[in-house]
Amino acid sequence: MSNQITIKVNGKSYTREVEGRTLLASFLREDLSLTGTHIGCDTSGCGACTVLLDGKAVKSCTILAVQADGATVKTIEGMAENGNLHPLQASFKEKHGLQCGFCTPGMIMVASDFLASNPKPNEQEIRESLEGNFCRCTGYHNIVLAIKDAADTMSA
Amino acid sequence: MSYIGKSVKRIEDKRLVTGKGKYTDDIKIPGLTHAYILRSPYASANILGIDTSAAKSAEGVISVFVGTDIEGIRGVPTGWQVNFKNGDTMKEPAHPLLVTDAVRHVGDAVALVIAETKEQARDAADLIDVDYEVLEAAVDPAEAIKDGAPLVHEDAPNNICFDWELGNPVSEVDAALAKAHHITSLDFINQRLVPNAIEPRSAIGHYEEHNDHYTLYTSTQNPHLTRLLLCAFVLGIPEHKVRVVSFDVGGGFGSKIFHYTEEALVIWASRKINRPIKWTAERSESFLTDAHGRDHVTSAKMGFDKAGKMVALKVDTIANLGAYLSTFAPAVPTWLHGTLLQGLYTTPKIHIDLKAVFTHTNAVDAYRGAGRPEATYLLERLVDLAALEMNMDPAELRRINFIPAFNGVTEPGYQTQVALQYDSGNYHGVLDRALEKVGYKDFRKAQQESLAKGKLLGIGFSTYIEACGIAPSAVVGALGARAGLFESAQVRVQPTGKVSVYTGSHSHGQGHETTFVQVVADKLGIPMEDVDLVHGDSDAVAFGMGTYGSRSLAVGGSAIVKSVEKILEKGAKIAAHKLEASVDDLDYANGKWTVKGTDKSIAFGDVSLTAYVPHDYPQGLEPGLDFASFYDPTNFTYPFGAHIAIVEIDKETGKVTLQRFVAVDDVGNVINPMIVEGQIHGGVAQGIGQAMLEGAVYDESGQLINGSYMDYAMPRADDFPSFEVERTVTPCPHNPLGVKGAGEAGTIGSTPAVVNAVIDALWKAGFKVKDIKMPLTPERVWTAMNN
Repeated sequence: MSNQITIKVNGKSYTREVEGRTLLASFLREDLSLTGTHIGCDTSGCGACTVLLDGKAVKSCTILAVQADGATVKTIEGMAENGNLHPLQASFKEKHGLQCGFCTPGMIMVASDFLASNPKPNEQEIRESLEGNFCRCTGYHNIVLAIKDAADTMSA
Repeated sequence: MSYIGKSVKRIEDKRLVTGKGKYTDDIKIPGLTHAYILRSPYASANILGIDTSAAKSAEGVISVFVGTDIEGIRGVPTGWQVNFKNGDTMKEPAHPLLVTDAVRHVGDAVALVIAETKEQARDAADLIDVDYEVLEAAVDPAEAIKDGAPLVHEDAPNNICFDWELGNPVSEVDAALAKAHHITSLDFINQRLVPNAIEPRSAIGHYEEHNDHYTLYTSTQNPHLTRLLLCAFVLGIPEHKVRVVSFDVGGGFGSKIFHYTEEALVIWASRKINRPIKWTAERSESFLTDAHGRDHVTSAKMGFDKAGKMVALKVDTIANLGAYLSTFAPAVPTWLHGTLLQGLYTTPKIHIDLKAVFTHTNAVDAYRGAGRPEATYLLERLVDLAALEMNMDPAELRRINFIPAFNGVTEPGYQTQVALQYDSGNYHGVLDRALEKVGYKDFRKAQQESLAKGKLLGIGFSTYIEACGIAPSAVVGALGARAGLFESAQVRVQPTGKVSVYTGSHSHGQGHETTFVQVVADKLGIPMEDVDLVHGDSDAVAFGMGTYGSRSLAVGGSAIVKSVEKILEKGAKIAAHKLEASVDDLDYANGKWTVKGTDKSIAFGDVSLTAYVPHDYPQGLEPGLDFASFYDPTNFTYPFGAHIAIVEIDKETGKVTLQRFVAVDDVGNVINPMIVEGQIHGGVAQGIGQAMLEGAVYDESGQLINGSYMDYAMPRADDFPSFEVERTVTPCPHNPLGVKGAGEAGTIGSTPAVVNAVIDALWKAGFKVKDIKMPLTPERVWTAMNN
């Protein structure tokens, strides 16, 4: 069973035929070759696949590609503009907020949604905002610092 | 250009923060097919028959293979041999790529389905009909060795793979214990952990008929060893016909060191179907098949004299190895565990007796720290408990037992009772600094005052040592390793003076692309921008032993330094020729050779160009500027440190909150402090995870009942406070950079500090509990207070 969908991803519109069961995460990776969105689990636990769907952070493994028909999606590949890193990307680099980098796209996407609603968070609020995202490398210490640093930059 | 010791921001981050990393599952090849592996739902069962006919005719299916299709291939080998105490060879059952007659753990591979899409392969696997005769399983390692327990392998009676001992004669240890003023004894479990790298394992096998070559793209920490094992021990393919590529790898923590069956399967099957095949684990498969860690059942006794000096340590451990021997499994509970039982202490008599056991569970192998966290947990729990029992201060009890400081240069290394010789150490230094940082005296006061208000605060210590920088080949060879543990490096200076560095180490989060470049740029006195690191490709890098055991900089970095020295030595000859001076009259600094006492100089780039355009050139000297080196260390390296945890226990619920975590580590010289601190943070988090949250749980039928992120308690950001980390520096005396290694220190040190803090809080409140089983869930802590 095939369905035709149209999704705007990182500012560009794509029309594709997809199976009904295709997850948004797989659609981005397999159909659009946007492999920055990572798949780390099969129970929506790890958050590596987080993208912005109509501006809100969602785990792209929790929704079907057909459910995103007509929607606007932003992935990690769409965060830098005109060759300039997004402040979150720059802060993750500056504060050593990543090691292996596998969870990083999800972390950056969830943080971008979080900072939109809470531009000046304290440490505890940042930690709670990452409840749905696993990192096994950093102990979260520098991720928290990176998000705080980006918040300072973005609200300056 | 001075780069060593600076927190240079990471070069690799630009691609990783923009989603341009290249992990194995990101790779697409024209004609790519997809594999799904049908796995056993039972821990132990005979296979009476497999019907694949429906699967073979399902939509999109290219091939279905079962165990009988690959007969003649024994399976994946283990890389370490440990013999029984009586000299008999350990039991080494085959680990087949696909089983034939029986399954031995949940997740054992039964059939390989290859289809045009992953979904089609998975759908077809559902159509395979396997006739199982389900048998009783041996799950608990302490039960598995009893007479009459179900056998995992017919040729391993009582499920024992080997028994083993180390240290002083047991009679001497018993005699010392008999004379001890006080004996602290503890029976405990160091529970099984699931490594949980966030990137699931993935492998692509690509056979190309036109040149009879294979490429294996795989998420490994260890590309060259994987190639060696795959070619020479599993499939019998000539090694020069296989390229193993491991670009970005999303975390390893040990679990991606090993050569796994899936890597051999996709290579073997790719030739059969003459198309590339990708297999990527689903997370539930990762839980069932990524080699697990720890899983010891231990009984230990530590004896003290009247003054609190340790007089003896006696340890009995049962180590669960799972159903099959993973690549380094036999080494972990033995040479990476028993050898660390000296700790930081002068204990004169030590003995460990160990049984390594098969069970119907997934394989257990090295997981961050590998044996050393188990040794540290054992020692540090005993020491803190002894302090409580003897009513002594736990810091003071450590101090009076510490090995005095020694630098390993003008003072000799410290010879332990358990085979190792420590390289250099200042153990008082890390403890003193940690006590100062935590504000120990003030804390004890606050603890008492809180108690009066009904609040339970506790402080726990862990002063650890580890052996890493793995390892001198001759030594590990004598101990049963079937490989050398040197490292290789090539430094290739291009004609324009730009430098490519090839390392056999593998970076999967450690930041080698930055630190290794810092070392080379610093030594050559050229900008970092002029140096690139190449790793993770067996066609590009001559050879390598990979990254694990905190060995990359200590061993791989030393190999790089050797090559840089050869570059400078040859460069000096060229420079001397061009400057019409003698080599002895030249200085090298800031990227140029200068004739001493003059302003006559020649830049590195000019010498490089001369080496490749050798018109005006020293007679008899070969052109080119390109050197390979192998470095085999003369000893392990021995990082050490002091970790202190402060916890609060909610009396009503038993919930433990980690309030502070102070870590003062000494990893020798440091190339990039930012990266070292990051390694400590991550290591500490994994150690705390073991203490408070994690643990693989098998039920008695051998089902892993918490095999998903819905069930396994992975640490989250709000489980931790900000970590307070510091360092002291005691250089390693035996490698050129003076570095010891930082990858595992955090994990090795942290776990007992947390558990000790909880026990301390309970004792101070009158609950004289010796042990609470990890992880310290609220229920377990509440039960300890209410029993």
